[in-house]
Amino acid sequence: MGKKFSGISQTMSRFRGWIQAGATLLTNLHLPNFLKGGLYQGAGKTVCVPGLNCYSCPAAFGACPIGAFQAVVGSSKFSFSYYITGFLILLGVLLGRFICGFLCPFGWFQELLHKIPTKKLSTKRLKPLTYLKYAVLLVMVFLLPAFLVNDVGMGDPFFCKYLCPQGVLEGAIPLSLANSGIRAALGKLFTWKFSILLSVIALSVLFYRPFCKWLCPLGAFYALFNRVSLFQMKVDKNKCISCGKCARACKMDVDVTKTPNHTECIRCGMCIRACPTKAVCFRYGFGDGKDKAKAAETLQTNNNNREE
Amino acid sequence: MSCEKKAAAQIVLLMAGAAMLCFGVWRGEAATVLSKAIKLCLECVGIG
Ligand code: SF4
Ligand code: SF4
Ligand code: SF4
Repeated sequence: MGKKFSGISQTMSRFRGWIQAGATLLTNLHLPNFLKGGLYQGAGKTVCVPGLNCYSCPAAFGACPIGAFQAVVGSSKFSFSYYITGFLILLGVLLGRFICGFLCPFGWFQELLHKIPTKKLSTKRLKPLTYLKYAVLLVMVFLLPAFLVNDVGMGDPFFCKYLCPQGVLEGAIPLSLANSGIRAALGKLFTWKFSILLSVIALSVLFYRPFCKWLCPLGAFYALFNRVSLFQMKVDKNKCISCGKCARACKMDVDVTKTPNHTECIRCGMCIRACPTKAVCFRYGFGDGKDKAKAAETLQTNNNNREE
Repeated sequence: MSCEKKAAAQIVLLMAGAAMLCFGVWRGEAATVLSKAIKLCLECVGIG
């Protein structure tokens, strides 16, 4: 396995927190809007950002892909969004759940909460809950907004309205602090969504990324592409000594030596840092690199035979 | 999945994704996204 990939993987994993902070800042560049209590309204919002970031955040630079999908399918003109689906397929193939590990602001928020020093609980026994997010994606993001429509053919963005905590965290809270009109308009729905946010916060302190594991429809979409993503995990079988340190270090309950491209792997690189023999690394490219590795091995064997 | 098959699947998906994205823009979805994203999303913030 290339030393180049190994070195880059180590560096990326080590500085992941900084990359997450940078990505969150880039996604929310219009910081002065927090004081103004209004939204950025430029053409940049035609394009979606890769992570879960509310377009009702005053500083948001682009659109939220999940919100945008519901806006299109819930409009009277369309019942499916080729624009957002195409965009998410491209990102899924190019990056997969690397987006969750490195670029998503809400993923980073949960990770910061998990750093609060308390007793931590394992999610290994709660694995069936990981399938819930696919149901959320299908039902709340697609089926209900597209087909439960009013007289003029418009549907509600069910996920935004009833479940997403990011809208309250990034939208309702800062806007209501700066804008008394918005503060006065908040009612029962806000109380419901605020309770969800508080629950996610409490759970994130105890469990690692509970929203990502169980509920996030964007994570669910990217998870479907992890197996075919150009961004992959590689384990060098020649270097691996089967010590199991990588699997123990993984907070997404993945054993990278068995399923390197598991749907739950967010490419966080904790296994890379835990491996004592540097057998685990990121790989980026088409295919899975096995044929090239095999060819290199064969070449090496042939050369050795000739030398003998 | 063999290496070639995986590479082929990746290329096909990239092309399909790009084609869908362009088709969506062509039929006016991007304008719908922009008009939703620049206004306060009442559902997102919990107003209704
Ligand atoms: S409420 Fe959630 S899903 Fe909806 S636009 Fe905001 S962040 Fe996206
Ligand atoms: S699962 Fe969702 S919230 Fe979590 S990091 Fe991925 S996109 Fe963000
Ligand atoms: S296997 Fe686990 S520790 Fe390794 S990159 Fe994936 S999620 Fe992170």
